[in-house]
Amino acid sequence: MIYFIALAIIFLLAVIVIQIGKLSDLTARIKGEEEAQYATNRTQGTALFIYMIIFLIACIWSGWHYRNYMFGYGPLKSASEHGYDVDLLFNITLVLTGIIFIITHVLLFWYPLRYGGRKNQKKAYFFTDNSTLEFIWTGVPVVTLVYLIIHGLIIMNNMFPTLTEEDKYIEIEATGYQFAWDIRYPGQDGKLGNKDFRLIDPASNSLGIDWRDEASTDDIVLGGTDKIMLPKDSLVKVRITAKDVLHSFFLPHFRVKMDAVPGMPTSFIFRPVKTSKEFRDELKKYPEYQVPADPKEPDGQKRWESFEYELACAELCGKGHYSMRRVVEVVEREEFDAWLKAQKPFYVANVRGTANDPWAGKKLFPYEIAARREELKKEVDDYVSDITGSVSDIIILKNVFYETGAAELNSSLSKYELNTVAEIMRRYPTMKIELAGHTDNTGDATSNLELSKARANNVKEYLVSKGIDAARLTAKGYGQDQPIESNDTPEGRNKNRRTELRIISK
Amino acid sequence: MANVTTIHEDDVLINEHGYNDHFHDHHHGDKYQTNFLTHYVFSMDHKMISKQFLITGMFWALIGAAFSVIFRLQLGFPEQSLAWIKPLLGKWIVIDPTTGVGTLMPEFYYALVTMHGTVIVFFVLTAGLSGTFSNLLIPLQVGARDMASPFMNMLSYWFFFAAGIVMFYSLFVSTGPFAGGWTAYPPLSALPQASSGSGTGMSLWLISLILFVISVVLGGTNYITTVLNLRTKGMTMWRLPLTVWAFFITAIVGLVSFPVLASGFFMLITDRSLGTSFFLSDIFISGQALDRVGGSPILYQHIFWFLGHPEVYIIILPAMGLVSEVMSVHARKPIFGYKAMVYSLGTIAFLSCIVWAHHMFASGINPLISNFFMTFTMIIAVPSSVKVFNWLTTLYRGNIRLNAPMLFALGFVTMFISGGLTGIFMASTPIDIQIHDTYFIIAHFHLVMGVAAFFGMFAGIYHWFPKMYGRFMNEAMGKMHFWGTMICAYGIFWPMHYLGMAGVPRRYYSFDAFESFKHFSEMNKFITIFAIAAFFFQLLFIINFFYSIWHGKKVKSKNPWGANTLEWTTPIHAGHGNWPGNLPIVHRWPYDYNKDEREFVPQHIPLQPGERSDGEH
Repeated sequence: MIYFIALAIIFLLAVIVIQIGKLSDLTARIKGEEEAQYATNRTQGTALFIYMIIFLIACIWSGWHYRNYMFGYGPLKSASEHGYDVDLLFNITLVLTGIIFIITHVLLFWYPLRYGGRKNQKKAYFFTDNSTLEFIWTGVPVVTLVYLIIHGLIIMNNMFPTLTEEDKYIEIEATGYQFAWDIRYPGQDGKLGNKDFRLIDPASNSLGIDWRDEASTDDIVLGGTDKIMLPKDSLVKVRITAKDVLHSFFLPHFRVKMDAVPGMPTSFIFRPVKTSKEFRDELKKYPEYQVPADPKEPDGQKRWESFEYELACAELCGKGHYSMRRVVEVVEREEFDAWLKAQKPFYVANVRGTANDPWAGKKLFPYEIAARREELKKEVDDYVSDITGSVSDIIILKNVFYETGAAELNSSLSKYELNTVAEIMRRYPTMKIELAGHTDNTGDATSNLELSKARANNVKEYLVSKGIDAARLTAKGYGQDQPIESNDTPEGRNKNRRTELRIISK
Repeated sequence: MANVTTIHEDDVLINEHGYNDHFHDHHHGDKYQTNFLTHYVFSMDHKMISKQFLITGMFWALIGAAFSVIFRLQLGFPEQSLAWIKPLLGKWIVIDPTTGVGTLMPEFYYALVTMHGTVIVFFVLTAGLSGTFSNLLIPLQVGARDMASPFMNMLSYWFFFAAGIVMFYSLFVSTGPFAGGWTAYPPLSALPQASSGSGTGMSLWLISLILFVISVVLGGTNYITTVLNLRTKGMTMWRLPLTVWAFFITAIVGLVSFPVLASGFFMLITDRSLGTSFFLSDIFISGQALDRVGGSPILYQHIFWFLGHPEVYIIILPAMGLVSEVMSVHARKPIFGYKAMVYSLGTIAFLSCIVWAHHMFASGINPLISNFFMTFTMIIAVPSSVKVFNWLTTLYRGNIRLNAPMLFALGFVTMFISGGLTGIFMASTPIDIQIHDTYFIIAHFHLVMGVAAFFGMFAGIYHWFPKMYGRFMNEAMGKMHFWGTMICAYGIFWPMHYLGMAGVPRRYYSFDAFESFKHFSEMNKFITIFAIAAFFFQLLFIINFFYSIWHGKKVKSKNPWGANTLEWTTPIHAGHGNWPGNLPIVHRWPYDYNKDEREFVPQHIPLQPGERSDGEH
């Protein structure tokens, strides 16, 4: 029914319009075609002139009204260093084009009124060409444009500098995918590790970071909703990549935009110059930011309070294109450094010690060595200071490794753990310990027993070489007889292959 | 000048060609057009083909505009129920079972945006504009009986028609039409996993546009050949009306660039179907790393914009030609700086082919390359401003008739200025980095090549309608159409500049997620209301068009506007072959208006003794 009514209304309107048209044709015929044309010239010429006035006023008024959304004015002043140049160029261009806009529009809409055909009017002026005029309106735009081109090129080439080691910049990485951004920080070494799309595993390695690259092991991957932290006044280089389709890394407040292209990392270099807090404080001055951020909650945060720098996607990437938001927060450098230090590298939190860890048994990281040293000392201290008898006298030496299938110590890895043991022995000069070797149940039990004895002896020899009295050390092999886990799984067997320290006397 | 002997134009025709069409003013059949099918459907008459292009273009314009109204409703009134449109869009409107509110699915929002662009750019403003007027005017204005190859000309239309059928069909496939933007950037367009529209919808889109490229190439070859070879006696290149110059240059640009697009599309097809990796590399999608490495999505962008940028000039140059002619006729004054106009058309066309990468400043291309493209892009402003000042000077001291075609010609110039000047912002790389893919660019290109081209097209339709159908379009309705369209066009696109400056990105289904973008709902409502109004004003045009075909005021004399070009020397209802007798002979350039006390002097009137010929020196 509604459709029918709508159609009927449209049909009626059409009929009315056609009748108006017919009527005007008829009046023209009565007046005489020529007369009608003269009358039309007058009314349409006047209408165009009035339109021109209203239009130009509307343009200028709207520009004034929305000045706070324009570059370089009011609250949307650039938050990055190069943005000031961009805004300046924008405004210079605006003034130059604005002058042309007004001049041409005045002429365009005034001439029809001024030179509209009138009764008894002189004929048009036969004016075919004029080289001087053509020269002027070729020359003036050329000069203007040469200026705009040169100014633009200078700014642009400053925006895309070639960085050297001496430029102290922070490189972070943004990876777009349907429909979010992953952000990676380089960690303490300042280097982003390699990645490869073939290594991507949505569950454990969504960026495809190559953990075999040592630079990647301290990289920090931000959680899904964490703010992207940036330091104020530091040069930031964003490496921009994409996993699936094109995306575009757009930070409107920083005048930053660059496509994320699968297979071709791009980058953008900029220097944030205002912290989020400073930006909010500036917004406070504007009445339109004094209103509640959410109209439904009149007592909630004001707009300036809820302001955040935002990262958006600016290249159509599928049905969720409009939702790829991330918040960016700019803080002072010291705060940034503290924040970065507090972040746990992704590798440490999620990869170390799992089946995906290429460094398992091959490398100990300084933080692990330091932590393990403290841990081991504490375990011994706990036993020594314990009076209840509830603390176990057995301590597993986790970081003692042997060459595969042999009794020889992998001393480059094991030295840290054993040096700590030596340190403990010096600290408790009367302490006596037993060093116990254990294997899993693979292979022949007798040879396993021999192997475990040989390994325990090697540990003992190492400690002796570090100046510990051999009389305080007992080396024993237990073979496969004392498993602590099931031998049916690789993980269990891994745990059963171990070296233990047992404190015989304090 | 008192003793100048006035030569009546019919006298010349009678003297030189042995006929007076006053006695032949009725419809001629010929052996190629004996029945309904060959006359109205598979016609080889360029005039009939031009009407076919025009009406097909109007059909697509209506669809493209309707798409924009639907997605504007989503942007302006996101809370309002769209349940009423469910009968048309079916499953793409999801109705909340509890509240009954119908919501447009994002997938289909993007399909609407994509189809709006594709349809308007290719089917309406390329085929509908260039196809219509090149066909109508080239043979008539150069003094030819028809195109060089009428059969190829007919094929050109039917390939366009086939392209339309395939595209129309794609709107109804179950996975939806293509939804990756009219630029169809891979990998989004190459991988069906990336977007539901990139499946069957995209295959049909590619097939449709390849058919379309064939149409353009067939048409363009014909236009160039006709202009070069079939000019009547005396019609030197420097006596061609600016319309023909514009169509000629447009056809050359089209021939240079469209085949490149087709090759890009073939590469995309092989990427999609045959496992090649022209545009694909390092992709992990739908939980799977693709075995497709070594390609580059940027390569596609180069290929696409090698057409894509000339394409906007393929759209605007014919409109410029039409406006130049319409303006000169109705200002009763020669077009100012005829040769400068031709040279600026040529310069724009040449520059348009070497600036394509300015669409890619933010795509990761080398900044050194940006320098080059930025410089040349900026330079386009020079010939463009030459054209604008020449148009303004054409109005200066004219004797202007402000009827619908002239109003639209003026409207074209204002849109071209407003949109053109923002082009200087876009051309500058530093500024472009910020406003690229925001509403600023939407405002820019809609004004400069969307609305402006439509205005040029309307100027042409109102002006040449009497030639096409032997009747006038209704003036009052035409003026309402003009004022409504101009006010609405600015109402829609002017505020978008401010949205763009605030950083609001284009192609967003909703702005709610972003604190920075969500506070413009009033402005978005404003834009949507104007968009709906603009749509209804176009319905007014369509009513006027079809009403006038059968009921418009009849044309009584064969040259109702007092124009100089040759099409107005043909009978009111010209048959196949255009001139019943011999072809007219041309003696002068087409812009002798108000020369030597004569209001207009058509091109076939010989120079009087001692008369200076203008425009050709």
